[in-house]
Amino acid sequence: MLIPGRSAKQGTSLNQGKLKEEYKEVTSTLEMNTDDMKKIGLVDGDKVRLSNDIGETVVSCIGKKPEDLSEGVLFIPYGPPSSQLMESDTAGSGMPLSKHMMVDVEKIKN
Amino acid sequence: MTEQKSNKKTEEQNKNIKIVKDATCTFCGCVCDDMELHVDLDEKRIIKAKNACVLGRAWFAEHTIEDAPAALIDGKEVSVEEAVEEAAQTLVKAKFPITYGLSDTTSEAQKQAVAITDYIKGNIDTTTSVCHGPSGLAFQGVGESTSTLGEVKNRADLVIYWGGNPAESHPRHFGRYAVTPKGMFTPNGKKDRTIVLVDVRKTKSAGVADILIRPKPGKDFEVLWALRALVKGISISTDIEKETGVPLEVLTDLVERMKNCRFGVLFFGMGLTMTRGRHFNSGALLALATDLNEYTHFVAKPVRGHGNVTGADNVVSWQTGYPFGVNFSRGYPRFNPGEFTTVDTLSNGDADAAMIIASDPGSNFPKKAIEHLKNIPVVVLDTKSTDTTKLAHVAFKTATYGINTGGTVYRMDDVSIPLRPAFESPFPDDETILKAIKKRVHELILKKNDSRGASGEAKVAAAVNPL
Ligand code: SF4
Repeated sequence: MLIPGRSAKQGTSLNQGKLKEEYKEVTSTLEMNTDDMKKIGLVDGDKVRLSNDIGETVVSCIGKKPEDLSEGVLFIPYGPPSSQLMESDTAGSGMPLSKHMMVDVEKIKN
Repeated sequence: MTEQKSNKKTEEQNKNIKIVKDATCTFCGCVCDDMELHVDLDEKRIIKAKNACVLGRAWFAEHTIEDAPAALIDGKEVSVEEAVEEAAQTLVKAKFPITYGLSDTTSEAQKQAVAITDYIKGNIDTTTSVCHGPSGLAFQGVGESTSTLGEVKNRADLVIYWGGNPAESHPRHFGRYAVTPKGMFTPNGKKDRTIVLVDVRKTKSAGVADILIRPKPGKDFEVLWALRALVKGISISTDIEKETGVPLEVLTDLVERMKNCRFGVLFFGMGLTMTRGRHFNSGALLALATDLNEYTHFVAKPVRGHGNVTGADNVVSWQTGYPFGVNFSRGYPRFNPGEFTTVDTLSNGDADAAMIIASDPGSNFPKKAIEHLKNIPVVVLDTKSTDTTKLAHVAFKTATYGINTGGTVYRMDDVSIPLRPAFESPFPDDETILKAIKKRVHELILKKNDSRGASGEAKVAAAVNPL
């Protein structure tokens, strides 16, 4: 399950400009539980494809200790890559499910 | 003093520096109004922002004057007047024009945006619909036990953060309002408070927490409902741990603390509103705070993101009666989230023109909504270039609120705060542009009505709506 959210780096790079490199880099870095990473043979910096029924996006991943990020949970700072996976149906609320996205993770071979 | 520091000081002394005291940072909903800004008047930039956090420092440092045209039509430079004319024509011609954004501009500008939308019988919505919109629905259903952040600072001895990471999103929330400051009845600061953090992730905010509770993702409602039951004295099975990931002892302990504190506060973030359950989650938390008032004083406050998103809720509410997702197509305001909220008006293909103010749906909306935005004429007002300005038919570059312009913003606790600008911008501010668009829109509507033989009514409208 993918949870997009805010981070301090996303906030500071946003001020520089959303079309600048730093913001793009920050918003395409995925945090992942290190045990999950091992299972699919990933190391820090590897590229992965995230996909669901809505769309797909390619991001690079970094590991987080299992006690900080539970198994099966992924975190990414908000930005254009996370929007690619966001459902547009708001179930009558106006709010798309922006923090509860079920996605598939696949390693991209170099 | 180190050599480096003294060099910096002499450097500053040689410059044409203005110091602005008690300035306000509008980057996040904390709206800290204790900034001391050192402004280099020659270079027109803020070189130091005393008291600002890391986000505030970046906000002040990066808002310099860009060498860019003030207005563009389809990417070509035009005068502001030409752009105003084109914007007004675009909006008046449309059958379902929408206005969206408004969380990063002054309340004075927000007021103009509501008036324009009213004239064009359009649809107005703010970024609230995609952040605390569900909480807005919950407020209407459940009510809100509320307080200011000043009361929290002076009185709260139990502070619970639920579904948020203020250490990274609102860095001074802890130090200025809720965790470490010394207050009238909390003279020892953090020592007089118990801090609880409820989040599915262990974030940087965990460092301040005395108690950390980590429910399974998507189980906030179940945890909140179990707490409500325990507060009311209803027993809960130990199976709750299997369902939510939180042991019954932890919940029972929290309930005891909540019932026995002097002044408790529940701050909640988008970890509640953006997940499965949405307004039911916020509603459960608000109901819990209300229930606790049987035992002690307890309040609940959403932690709001953008600098003046709270102002957007306030202004749209006092002008239309509803906080967001408001439609004027029948000549009077109607509220219907899910229909008149912007993700829906775009994804469903309803909108045929858009005016976006200080917001970037072109980057952070669902793909389907962005696709529709690309197919309709869009008027954009923004201080910086974004994915939304890139797709604009008419784009205005505007002055930054709180840095180049004065005005009013609302802190996340609905307290209004005046802005003190630091230096002038060559670009007009949002309010000035919106006023000009409003004037032109009104003229065009009167003309349209005149040609339809509705001149009497139009004249009355002109008389009662002096611009
Ligand atoms: S906490 Fe928010 S308002 Fe205060 S200085 Fe930091 S970014 Fe600005």
